[in-house]
Amino acid sequence: MIEKSLKGDHIYWAWVAFLLVMIGIGFIAYMRQWDLGLGITGMGRDISWGLYIANFTFLVGVAASGVMVVLPYYLHNFKVFARITIFGEFLAVAAVTMAMLFIFVDLGQPARVFNIILYPSPHSVLFWDMIVLSLYLILNIIIGWRTLEAEHQEEAPPIWLKPLVFISIPLAFSIHTVTAFIFSGLGARPFWLTALLAPRFLASAFASGPAILIIMCIIMRRFAKFDIGQEATQKIALIITYALSIHIFFFLVEIFTVFYGGIPEHVHHFEYLLGRGGQSILTISAWISLVLIWIAFLLMINPQTRKTEGTLIYALLAVIIAVWIEKGLSFIVPGFIPSPLGEIARYSPTLAEIFITIGVWSVGILFLTVLYKVTVSIKKGMVS
Amino acid sequence: MMNRRDFLKLACFSVVGTPARSVFDRLTGKDIAGPTKEGQPKWAMVVDLKMCASKPGCRDCVDACHSIHNVPAFNNPKDEVKWVWTDSYKNIFPEQSHRFVSVEVQTRPVLILCNHCENPPCVKVCPTRATFRREDGIVMMDYHRCIGCRYCMAACPYGARSFNWKDPRPFIKKIKEDFPTRTKGVVEKCSFCEERLAKGLKPACVEACTTKALTFGDLNEPNSQVRNLLASKPNIRRKAYLGTEPKVFYLE
Amino acid sequence: MHDTAKVIAGIAVFLIVVLSPVWYNTVTGQASYVPQLKLPTDEKYCVETAPYMRTNHIELLELWKKIVVRTGKRIYKATDGKTYTMSLAGTCMKCHSNKADFCDRCHNYTNVQPNCWECHVVPKGVKTEATEHAR
Repeated sequence: MIEKSLKGDHIYWAWVAFLLVMIGIGFIAYMRQWDLGLGITGMGRDISWGLYIANFTFLVGVAASGVMVVLPYYLHNFKVFARITIFGEFLAVAAVTMAMLFIFVDLGQPARVFNIILYPSPHSVLFWDMIVLSLYLILNIIIGWRTLEAEHQEEAPPIWLKPLVFISIPLAFSIHTVTAFIFSGLGARPFWLTALLAPRFLASAFASGPAILIIMCIIMRRFAKFDIGQEATQKIALIITYALSIHIFFFLVEIFTVFYGGIPEHVHHFEYLLGRGGQSILTISAWISLVLIWIAFLLMINPQTRKTEGTLIYALLAVIIAVWIEKGLSFIVPGFIPSPLGEIARYSPTLAEIFITIGVWSVGILFLTVLYKVTVSIKKGMVS
Repeated sequence: MMNRRDFLKLACFSVVGTPARSVFDRLTGKDIAGPTKEGQPKWAMVVDLKMCASKPGCRDCVDACHSIHNVPAFNNPKDEVKWVWTDSYKNIFPEQSHRFVSVEVQTRPVLILCNHCENPPCVKVCPTRATFRREDGIVMMDYHRCIGCRYCMAACPYGARSFNWKDPRPFIKKIKEDFPTRTKGVVEKCSFCEERLAKGLKPACVEACTTKALTFGDLNEPNSQVRNLLASKPNIRRKAYLGTEPKVFYLE
Repeated sequence: MHDTAKVIAGIAVFLIVVLSPVWYNTVTGQASYVPQLKLPTDEKYCVETAPYMRTNHIELLELWKKIVVRTGKRIYKATDGKTYTMSLAGTCMKCHSNKADFCDRCHNYTNVQPNCWECHVVPKGVKTEATEHAR
């Protein structure tokens, strides 16, 4: 089956070549980081996690969101999603791969990464995150690939696949919950110390992940002449609208508790994020995110703009960018500002850090391109 | 006599309850703070802020510590590595700080270092047990095992941990031969001078202090100097409300 | 299969090329080369027997690290009952003061790059490759 990824037009090959170049640049930057240490990034003593962990958090959400098409199809026998389920699963595969790569590039001693397995530590949430992420990755590879193989051979998928799908559904929720627990279990960081974090993460993930999925489908229709159908797109758009509304609600609930509760330790982080200590990339992007999320909300909640593809695309892009900022830099960095010693440090990613980040994204997008290419070839082959 | 009902209850409890309890303790990191063994010391430090302030601009303890432990001097806040240092009263005790506190108290430098918490959040989050709490209460680093994920730095409420963002060697003024340096990519911090305690010596900062502001000793020893100070004078700890049980105490 | 002969020939060529360093050493008689190590002169016996130390010195060092860091104990009781302070720079290098002709020579020969000295400090008076180059 994989050989189907080797047949494509010049646009396809140009795209693959572009991704390979990006991966190459990222790799060169990473070699520098390997030699010189994480000092080549913008991180420092006070802000000790940055762009890498920000992308990790966002991508775990994208991975988890695959369940939004898997669940209706397998649990509710919702046939409209039949053509798209595999795309959701493969999106999860690419996203988990990227998430794990982002953890890897964030390590100061990457050669020792297997110490996590050699010295298992059940009291560390990071240990559990590694377990659920690897399980979820393996399950999605098996489920996606085997289903596709069955389609290719024009037979029913094997029976043993069903239980795996049923395990993968709660696992999708757990990967994002455990990722939220990495942060929400820290008494030292009041910005993250909220029981609402896991639900908030899930809500924003179920808005942004499916948004990426629809965008992918639109791209596939344009370039690969493969259509998942208007009904499927609209159903997913509806799911996004609900998730987005819940996400905004959760955010406002958090804001209320922090500001009305008025505990200085909690308030300071939010005040800084919204621009108290002066403007910076951080505060500006936070405001962009806030504006975008409301634009997206208005476009999505209005049936007319949601059902018109021209406006839907803008709404979806707004959701993706807003959540990427909100869950990424706007979430990780303010957790460190002010520092436990009241220090207001500044963070902006360096060029090397950005190249490595782009490199990791390119690896994931390359995976996604190849997997989608194979899937589309097989699905189109069935039609003819 | 135990009737059948009680027996069943007890049986259920011992079968389900005990393991459930210990599993819960393991998952929440409660097992980190185990009971003290007989005759085992529990090290602690008392900092007298008034005496410390009696010699303005003094850096004796900081210099002593940083030179014997090969702590690099980067001279920029981003890469900085610190084991013991001073900060303002307002930053260290924000919850005690208000505008009517006397100027004298407000302007005192406050000496800070790893608190060697009885219930250390850094140990709880470490995914490799590279940082751990010894039976004598010292929170240690295993520099050979640390993978540099910096989760401990996010979890420490005291900012006591530093990361080696770069190779530290070029930034060490004079390398002391009998103590290892660290390498890039690992987290480091104060170790209560465990290498000196093993030889029966006091921590370097305590020894270097000429104002007698620092007292070091064993909390399990009822007549130790630290116990006497804590029993006779009012004292505070940093962010004690977090339940970390810091073992560095401050006299105001 | 019609190309059996070609396949076998291909495999043979592959093996010859890949294993060329082995052939070269066998033919030129260099396979018997053993690095000559300068042993300490003032001490005849290491912590454990020489064959044990030859194969297991890194395991012993790792054990020492584990005991010192995890338990705080610093005295190692060897099989023969003698006691040693568990310290790489302090104990090992006291006898093996010629790092260049002992540690490095063998490590270079076997192409292993232990990273001990990225952190541990080579005591003064120990001969290293760097001091050798300096001369």
